[in-house]
Amino acid sequence: MSQPSDPSDAATPLKHTSLHAIHESLGARLVPFAGWSMPVQYEGLVKEHQAVRERCGLFDVSHMGELELEGPGAVALVDSLVTNAISTLPVGRAAYTVCCNAQGTILDDLIIYRRGESKILVVCNASNRDKIAAHFGKHAAGKDLSYRDASDETALLAIQGPRAVDVVRDAGAPSLGELASFALGEATIGGVKVLAARTGYTGEDGFELFCAWDDAPALWTALTKAGEKHGLAPAGLGCRDTLRLEARLSLYGNEIDETTNPLEAGLGWVVKLDHGDFVGRDALLAIQAKGLTRKLVGIVTTGRGIARHGYPIVAVEGTPGRTPGERLGEVTSGSPSPTTGLNVGLGYVPTELAKVGTPIGVEIRGKIIAAEVAKTPFYKRPKA
Amino acid sequence: MAQYPTDLRYTKDHEWARVEGDLVRIGVTAYAVEQLGDVTLVELPAVGDTVEAHGKFGDIESVKTVSELFSPISGEVVEVNGALEDAPELVNESPYDKAWMIVVRLSNATELQDLMDAAAYEAFLGTLD
Repeated sequence: MSQPSDPSDAATPLKHTSLHAIHESLGARLVPFAGWSMPVQYEGLVKEHQAVRERCGLFDVSHMGELELEGPGAVALVDSLVTNAISTLPVGRAAYTVCCNAQGTILDDLIIYRRGESKILVVCNASNRDKIAAHFGKHAAGKDLSYRDASDETALLAIQGPRAVDVVRDAGAPSLGELASFALGEATIGGVKVLAARTGYTGEDGFELFCAWDDAPALWTALTKAGEKHGLAPAGLGCRDTLRLEARLSLYGNEIDETTNPLEAGLGWVVKLDHGDFVGRDALLAIQAKGLTRKLVGIVTTGRGIARHGYPIVAVEGTPGRTPGERLGEVTSGSPSPTTGLNVGLGYVPTELAKVGTPIGVEIRGKIIAAEVAKTPFYKRPKA
Repeated sequence: MAQYPTDLRYTKDHEWARVEGDLVRIGVTAYAVEQLGDVTLVELPAVGDTVEAHGKFGDIESVKTVSELFSPISGEVVEVNGALEDAPELVNESPYDKAWMIVVRLSNATELQDLMDAAAYEAFLGTLD
């Protein structure tokens, strides 16, 4: 048996989060990810996936980037750099958005937290931290605001799953249960001051908790203790990926990157073309006027095979108006879906083939495996 | 460790071989299983195909990754474990028993000398990570 080696697994030493020793003591398998040594799994990916869907899981996502902007010009600046409307975002609320370049393609996806009238926290992907920090820094220069990359001082834990609310309550923060989806609050858990948001990347209810870098072990320990009777499990990046895929949440570098625009990625709901000028607006208006040539769709392989990132999507017998074997696009993510038992994926296909049920094929190691365009999300959590 | 039965021969690619006369039963080791995690798909050759020592004979997929399977020896495939098609999780549960993958009719018995015994394989594992 051989596995492809990770090209990032070389040269510069990997960074550790402040929870590294805890991960090691839990027997986590640590892998390189965006320059960090991160837990991909503890007890096992599928068990952790199920724990999050059925009970709750605790993730260390301290590798993510945090940028702080404060001052009279802060809101206007962020508003001018992202596709979603930030000037109308109420204080105490967060919003998902993308940040585009002038061509209307995606530099990163972000969550913007409006902490105060003129105070903003931006959370970006670890893989894009330097790029986004520089982009915001460049545009912040000369404006009436203070700007700082707080990533190295800020830890981030995510507690996700139907029992997350019970765990934070038992950990001494019952007020967090009152937060609406995408609302922010403050609490003290295990003696640690946290900024909490009712957000996540799993398709489940839950919270993301920011704290000072060195406080993360105390926060982790307090949540783990309170979580014992609720079946809390430490959860790695492996299940984070399968959970987000089932919920059809985009992963930067897979569904979205600097060659894709938010409209074709199905992120039109975070593009507010009327919120004033922003970087990429003109390009997105032009793309919209011209019409989309391709769309991101759900894929389920009906034949025996698992679609994976980068595999070609091809026409099959029954694909309307196409010759079998003709290349249609590419799989952006794919995996067995532990919750549904299906082999699911996402990928780009020509707009006219984006209809649910369209027969397509996925080329897997030289063989064409039958698949079809499928409804997304693959998993939607039951209404409480 | 009882993880590596002494009646098997091993490769650096983490396959095992059980010699049964002129037939050799082939599977993957507990170490391979641990590296893979939850196995979700096993793709094997057909009866009558030939495989070569160090040559690819199939693919194994876990939730997270795809890996190739390499044959310890050369020969003709005479039996394939069809149970793995419906129950790939057998690889996790029973790598040396229920999750054997193929049986090959050995074409060159000297190739067996290149394989490691359990002690040598465990020593080899000690040099990894």
